[in-house]
Amino acid sequence: MLNSKIPQGSLENKWNDYKGHVKLVNPSNKRKLEIIIIGSGLAGASAASSLGELGYKVKVFCFQDSPRRAHSIAAQGGINAAKNYQNDGDSVFRLFYDTVKGGDYRAREANVYRLAEVSANIIDQCVAQGVPFAREYGGLLSNRSFGGTQVQRTFYAAGQTGQQLLIGAYQSLERQVALGNVTMYSRHEMLDIVKIDGKARGVICRNLITGQLERYFGHAVLLCSGGYGNVFYLSTNAMGSNATAIWKAHKKGAYFGNPCFTQIHPTCIPVSGDHQSKLTLMSESLRNDGRIWVPKKKDDKRRPSEIPEEERDYYLERRYPAFGNLVPRDVASRAAKERCDAGYGVGNSRMAVYLDYASAIERYGRGEAGKHHLENADADTITKLGKEVVKEKYGNLFDMYAKITGEDPYTTPMRIYPAVHYTMGGLWVDYELMTTVEGLYCLGEANFSDHGANRLGASALMQGLADGYFVIPYTIGNYMADEIRTAAISTDHPAFVEAEKEVSDRINALMNIKGSQSVESFHKQLGKIMWNKCGMARNEQGLKEAIEEIRQLKKEFWSDLRIPGGINELNNELDKANRVADFIELGELMCIDALHRRESCGGHFREEMQTEEGEALRDDEHFKYVATWEYKGDHEWKLHEEDLNFEVAKPTQRSYK
Amino acid sequence: MDHHTMSLTLQVWRQQNANARGKFVTYKVDDISPEMSFLEMFDVLNEKLVNEGSEPIAFDHDCREGICGSCSMHINGRPHGPWAATTVCQLHMRAFHDGDTIVVEPWRANAFPVVKDLVVDRSAFDRIIQAGGYISVNTGNAVDANATPIEKTHADAAFAAAACIGCGACVAACKNSSAMLFMSAKVAHLSLLPQGAPERKSRVLDMVAQMDKEGFGSCTFTEACEAVCPKEISVTNISRLNAEYLVAGLTVDK
Repeated sequence: MLNSKIPQGSLENKWNDYKGHVKLVNPSNKRKLEIIIIGSGLAGASAASSLGELGYKVKVFCFQDSPRRAHSIAAQGGINAAKNYQNDGDSVFRLFYDTVKGGDYRAREANVYRLAEVSANIIDQCVAQGVPFAREYGGLLSNRSFGGTQVQRTFYAAGQTGQQLLIGAYQSLERQVALGNVTMYSRHEMLDIVKIDGKARGVICRNLITGQLERYFGHAVLLCSGGYGNVFYLSTNAMGSNATAIWKAHKKGAYFGNPCFTQIHPTCIPVSGDHQSKLTLMSESLRNDGRIWVPKKKDDKRRPSEIPEEERDYYLERRYPAFGNLVPRDVASRAAKERCDAGYGVGNSRMAVYLDYASAIERYGRGEAGKHHLENADADTITKLGKEVVKEKYGNLFDMYAKITGEDPYTTPMRIYPAVHYTMGGLWVDYELMTTVEGLYCLGEANFSDHGANRLGASALMQGLADGYFVIPYTIGNYMADEIRTAAISTDHPAFVEAEKEVSDRINALMNIKGSQSVESFHKQLGKIMWNKCGMARNEQGLKEAIEEIRQLKKEFWSDLRIPGGINELNNELDKANRVADFIELGELMCIDALHRRESCGGHFREEMQTEEGEALRDDEHFKYVATWEYKGDHEWKLHEEDLNFEVAKPTQRSYK
Repeated sequence: MDHHTMSLTLQVWRQQNANARGKFVTYKVDDISPEMSFLEMFDVLNEKLVNEGSEPIAFDHDCREGICGSCSMHINGRPHGPWAATTVCQLHMRAFHDGDTIVVEPWRANAFPVVKDLVVDRSAFDRIIQAGGYISVNTGNAVDANATPIEKTHADAAFAAAACIGCGACVAACKNSSAMLFMSAKVAHLSLLPQGAPERKSRVLDMVAQMDKEGFGSCTFTEACEAVCPKEISVTNISRLNAEYLVAGLTVDK
């Protein structure tokens, strides 16, 4: 039933063959074809500009006040590409292999290979747009390492890589707006998909300033709305990041793939109190030079500076000598949780570990002293020189840490703890990025596709831009070529009227509850359930409890919610209520998926399924598939399995030892 | 870490919509921890307002990591508040003392009309970018990324200019409501790179024309913009823009 449309032929030739045979649309016909894009992050903005350049009529919607604010902007560390500029043995195959292995063999080989293939084009495109990547003194591009790899293939712009890439895509988007190919609708939130004769033909949006519902037609609809980490309330996502677009699509027939695959990022600033509204990531690039440790003694209350070297446990270096501090994110996160749960955590909450830069500062300082021929440099000079190097590489991250915690990371080790960061799950898509609804596509983090059960660092930016710049411009032609005879459908069509009425009824229902609890308090309750029972470690009993608790919470939400203000005006509480209502339903599906997957893989750790050493224990015999869920009605889903065939990267027990 | 809490008085600009008359409303907040961010303090206040059945204060915010550029509060007469090189979302309550009165206003500039309470419309910035803040290169036309080496100092300077988050604090701080720092950052970013060279002249002329059309004022080089910029964008970019504008104006071929 699920047709992933993977082209025939050898892995290396699939994408080339596909491009050579895909249907084309001639330029004069493109001008008559309309495309709707939801979201203006890396995937949305890159798709919008590329499709606009091709001549399609594009409409882009974002809930922020400008497309430049999409949360891709907050990505810090970098973007991977198989350029092999460092001559350290990198290749398309290695990037492919690292990604499949890093994803714990739960991603589709053909998609991942294509991603690795186009990765090099992304860097070329971005440089041509004026993205100011970091450079060496010779004027060539600089690289750094990231977790889960042994080569240097990560391109970066200080700790602001996402910002620079997004601004590049945003500028290209605005150029298409100026040329009249793209129309931009800011402060608009998509609240439903309109389907006509089984195909996606438009959307219902709410203008967040006036509160009016608006109807828009498109021959195809692209969802580029990002991930759903905010199900957990506390995450590194932006406050507005939400699942509403993909959830509405799901309820209209788009299957949801691997909803329980969540990435918990190992290096975030720990929670400091109940008031906390979000968590802040400290880039994975910090693990390049920083060393992670906890005291060897349980419940050690000494300051870090008072703990001598021999009483420190550099547990990642101890457990995983081959990769050390650069193990993949899921492994690093679980190891931190294990140490803290065992009583070795640090800080007031004892739920943190140290990320220490002392030895990096000394190493860089010695290097600099050598460069300047300071033969007998004293310790202070070396520290001073080393701090300068660290400042150039990671200055903005250190500043951010200092502002949030009030501590100086140059002299005191940073305290870090894992936090929800990314969702590998998302709408199921085929090789062409189309969902199970015809004409409805899903790109970037919003889809389930390329990262399996665990995403490697610096691969999210790569995937968002690959989907938008280099995949969808080809694959959408295959659908649009058959649409050239379809005239634009009037938004007075009954399907639009009905969809708008459904949205309007729901908004009225939310406003009329007139209960006593705020949206925020429901969101916090949901987050607590999810984090405790569907977070870094999951077990059967906890998940069963979570499902019950979420169902209960949903009842309470729909009977005791309070939203002040009116409908026809800017109303942030109403915006949030729409999103949280969907998060609650999605949370249930995540728990159902986590419960059904009786294996541990990547970020999904079932406590019942682990090796004697506490590593994730996969069950390829029973779970080598994408769990794809069809919405059947309230609290009801049907599972479809897409079997994964590994022809090239044969599944093995993942080892970073 | 200290664990005292603070009681504060807030005077916040409330305005129902773009056409309504606004006014300051005074609120009291208690039990504010110094570890909270300024916006988390607003969350506490808004939660209290919702529980009392009144409308919470509307304000723009999203990433809360100082990078998206959404947050835009004028605090005690200074865009983004008292800390240098910091957005409101990264400002923490350690910056204040028990008993303080804090005045919070939206950005004030004709080109940024108030939408509601502390929310303003900054779409003029998008239109300035549309006028030329890009390099005209279609997807798929790029040569190898290392084909053109770029001097590190130029690449670093371009990056420093490109760090602008488009928040509008520069306009809010300027007595003329000029958008010169914002615009010059983009002109400098693109003109410092060889890829941006072919469109240098038209870019600067078109962007300046758009800025004037949007109703931003002229630059009198008071440098308040640089002082409040959360990303420390330098006014030397404005000098660069002026040089670009002069050369373009004198030599443009049309």
